[in-house]
Amino acid sequence: MFVSSAHAASTTETIAQTDTHGAAETAAPGATPDAHATDTHTETGVPHQQGVFPPFDSSHFASQILWLAVTFAAFYLFLSRVVLPRIGGIIETRRDRIATDLDQAARMKQDSDDAFAAYEQELADAKKKAGGIAQTARDEAKAKADAEQADISAALEKKLSDAEASIAAIKDKAMKEVGTIAEDTASEIVKKILGGSIDKASISAAVKAVRG
Amino acid sequence: MSNDPIHQFHITKWIPIDLGGIDLSFTNSSAFMVATVGVASAFLYLTSSNRGLIPTRLQSISEMAYEFVASTLRESAGNAGMKFFPFVFSLFMFVLVANMLGMFPYFFTVTSQIIVTFALALLVIGTVLAYGFAKHGFKFLGVFIPSGVPAPLLLLVVPIEIISFLSRPISLSVRLFANMLAGHITLKVFAGFVASLSALGALGIGGAVLPLAMTVALTGLEFLVAFLQAYVFTVLTCMYLNDAVHPGGH
Repeated sequence: MFVSSAHAASTTETIAQTDTHGAAETAAPGATPDAHATDTHTETGVPHQQGVFPPFDSSHFASQILWLAVTFAAFYLFLSRVVLPRIGGIIETRRDRIATDLDQAARMKQDSDDAFAAYEQELADAKKKAGGIAQTARDEAKAKADAEQADISAALEKKLSDAEASIAAIKDKAMKEVGTIAEDTASEIVKKILGGSIDKASISAAVKAVRG
Repeated sequence: MSNDPIHQFHITKWIPIDLGGIDLSFTNSSAFMVATVGVASAFLYLTSSNRGLIPTRLQSISEMAYEFVASTLRESAGNAGMKFFPFVFSLFMFVLVANMLGMFPYFFTVTSQIIVTFALALLVIGTVLAYGFAKHGFKFLGVFIPSGVPAPLLLLVVPIEIISFLSRPISLSVRLFANMLAGHITLKVFAGFVASLSALGALGIGGAVLPLAMTVALTGLEFLVAFLQAYVFTVLTCMYLNDAVHPGGH
């Protein structure tokens, strides 16, 4: 740090002197009569140009360019061969992975949609089938009921007609017997009232006449 | 303690090397170039060594840098420009890390040397020229003829375009160099005020608060500038490379 301050203190002076002394001093700084400058140079041991602004000091240009070329070339090679393929690979792998995952998710969604559609379809089929079964059952029951009703009504009809027939027969028979009864009754009445008997033929004639 | 704001730019020889009268010494500048490359390489290499599908924080930084440069290059030069990606990424990382290392006290700022930024700028322009002529031959000269300009105006416009092309390496290098240099000098000057005012006693210490606050604010600004200049250098590189890839395209 002592060296630097001595050096620094001399800088402003030296710059001022550069204007008056000119190129001779900058070219051969070691030969300057300036005590500070000489001290600095002997202390640092680096006879560099005093008046030049350091970034414009062309004496270091060659060294800077060489080392920049060496380091930058090494950096470029290392990055392009090792680091960038690796980072690019990481990013690529992640992008692929995300794409695959998205694909898989889409496929799974498709699957679930398909399953849902199939379920809906099956449900609709089952409903339809159930409706069909119910309809046939209803139809069958109705047909059976109709048939039974028809049978019963036919039987009833038959019974009715049988009954009517037997009623008619009974009526005929009764009507026929009414004559006989009337004859018998009449002959009995006649017998009781008149005493004696009257021949049957006249009684039946009389009955016939009464009945008309 | 040195108060000379220029002192930080002095080059000192660490290992003197002399080849046929040409001074090729390993200097503090060379050491910080090596440090820049070493720090950037180590960071990028180590943070990506897990190859994590889910990145760690540090791995995200490397990936962000990668995608940041990749998208900048793709936007400027299209997919055809992506063959320059390693070059542009190396440039960005080199300039960024060199700028950032320069923010440490007592560290040397490689990018505050005009010859370094000029060499990088020449490398960019050289790449543009070499690739442009190799790929397009003399059609590459179409870069000097803007489309949609009437023929009489071309007499005026083409020289302007040529001058602007030739000034690119200068503007590219001087922009970076001057920003780093000026920022570091300003910082050093204000910090120097703090030291010299404090030496004046109680009143001086009270007065030193102002330059101290300024130094703190400038340090923040310098970090921004360090990043911004690396970004600007990269963006301009991408735009120049676009000329090499698509010479008639503007």
